[in-house]
Amino acid sequence: MKKVKYRHSATRIVFLSVSLFFSFNALLLAQDAPQESELSGEQPDVQETVQGPEESNVEAAASSGDAAAGKELFNTLCAACHKLDGNSIGPALRGVGERRETDWLHSWIKNSQALIAAGDAQAVELFNEYNNVAMPPFPQLSDGDIDNILAYVNAPKAVPKEQQAGSEAGAGSGSSGGGVSTDILLGILAFVLLMLLVILYLVNKTLRRFAVASGVELPVKQKRSTPIWRSFVENQFLVIVSAVLLMLVGSYFAYGYLMQVGVDQGYQPIQPIHFSHRIHAGENQIECKFCHSSARVSKTSGIPSLNVCMNCHKSISEVAEGTATEEYSKEFYDGEIAKLYDAVGWDVSSQQYTGETEPVKWIRIHNLPDFAYFNHSQHVEVGGIACQTCHGPVEEMEIMYQNAPLTMGWCINCHRETNVRTAGNEYYEKVHEELSKKYGVEELTVAQMGGIECAKCHY
Amino acid sequence: LSFVSCVDNSKPNYQYMPNMYETVSYEPYGAYDVFVDEQEAKLPVEGTVSRGWRPYEYENSPEGFAAAKAENTNPLPYTESNLAKGKALYTIYCAVCHGDKGDGKGILVQREKILGIPSYDDAGRAITEGGVYHVQYYGLNAMGSYASQTTIEERWLITHYVMSLKNELLGSPS
Repeated sequence: MKKVKYRHSATRIVFLSVSLFFSFNALLLAQDAPQESELSGEQPDVQETVQGPEESNVEAAASSGDAAAGKELFNTLCAACHKLDGNSIGPALRGVGERRETDWLHSWIKNSQALIAAGDAQAVELFNEYNNVAMPPFPQLSDGDIDNILAYVNAPKAVPKEQQAGSEAGAGSGSSGGGVSTDILLGILAFVLLMLLVILYLVNKTLRRFAVASGVELPVKQKRSTPIWRSFVENQFLVIVSAVLLMLVGSYFAYGYLMQVGVDQGYQPIQPIHFSHRIHAGENQIECKFCHSSARVSKTSGIPSLNVCMNCHKSISEVAEGTATEEYSKEFYDGEIAKLYDAVGWDVSSQQYTGETEPVKWIRIHNLPDFAYFNHSQHVEVGGIACQTCHGPVEEMEIMYQNAPLTMGWCINCHRETNVRTAGNEYYEKVHEELSKKYGVEELTVAQMGGIECAKCHY
Repeated sequence: LSFVSCVDNSKPNYQYMPNMYETVSYEPYGAYDVFVDEQEAKLPVEGTVSRGWRPYEYENSPEGFAAAKAENTNPLPYTESNLAKGKALYTIYCAVCHGDKGDGKGILVQREKILGIPSYDDAGRAITEGGVYHVQYYGLNAMGSYASQTTIEERWLITHYVMSLKNELLGSPS
């Protein structure tokens, strides 16, 4: 819904003509659409073909071990603390075979702590260099397994990676270019239409002039005997009917306007960090209560503190290629993660906290006035109400908005319709027995339990 | 109603005589000028103990981890209802990476967002009750602390369930 200055005005006619024009354009746009889908369909192909040579490169470089098997082992066992390129909790591992001896690596991977305890100079130095974080032992790995991992790790960085990045960037700009080109196309069409109108007018004008000059009689509009407004005023029945209609319509809109005062449904402010519920709760299927953990136990289902962000984003410093959409690019999302790092004071290069923190000033969307008491835990844990019942399809929201009106009528309506979850709750055993006898029903609604009494929510 | 005029979605709507809409008292998570960093949520004094809470004795270090792993045990009885509660909590907080079965194949691992999640039957880790609790409390390397999201009891419930998952993975459900 948008602000409209002149709801009933002559400009409407212009809008109508424009919309007519757009409806014709829909045909043209429809021709565009399949091209775009083809384009997006091609993208995975491009990635696959580009990734192909990378893997084959890796395999070619594997002389003493099987790099493919090593990759799997690396991903399950090592990737938590090591990246191939770039420091994580442990050092970057690419080309480690050139820096250290293979035998030393074997004994280090199997049990690094024993090696340190034994006083191996190399091991102690390394341990001190990386903040004395102990690497867990891996006794389950055979020599062959370690060789496989080392083969994967020692493989040189695949050359086509930059090309891959280049081609993907190209594809990205191509798809975003699709959006721009439709805009341009529309602009051009509008311009052409305007020109046509001007030309038609000019042609008409010149033709008329020719007609006058050559003495052809032009059809002349006959003047009406009475103007239309006069005939309308004279017809009293029509005047009364339209007046009544006008009053009805007017009161409808007036009432509608008054009823939405103070209702923030659809409120969607711009947050300091672009947090996407769609990616976190939708695509990655993170449980709602993972971050909003206090919904289980507290009146306030709080905004997660930044340590919850860092539990995952310690390891995830940038989004995947596939996460970027046409609207929001990968660079945009990476920038937003960088904002998080600024707030918590996390230095990505050294993988350490700097200690300079700054709270993120999230904007609260769902606001109840202070005189209403709402308790999340009572609804979430006891009532077993799904989060989406009140907050809407949050897992599909790129930007959070208020889905329900949160008016008193909305609350009470739900309390009248919802049954209390009495099963398995000792507290309700007696209450349920007595009250269901009193009302003669099996299931009790919240209203019957006293859930619409004033003092329940307003003290 | 379809007719909503003069409403801008990026701003809160107009209010009519908001007498008691804004709170006089301080709300949790609120921002007020009187506090440091405007944060209403202030840290308690270090070393204080609130009622119903006990500090965790083991320190966040390799030695503390080893000690907790060796000697700390679960104070809760091993019952079906505790296990069910533990499972519910595990599904919320742990399964996203560690997988529903505890084999390190959670949704984030499948989508290759976070890699290197070990299975609970990983021989090199040989997890014990005390160790599981310790890791939940402090985190370990890439894993962060979950102490802010769970209470003492809830962490032990999760520990319960994690140990039962380990037993299942090892093929000896108890």
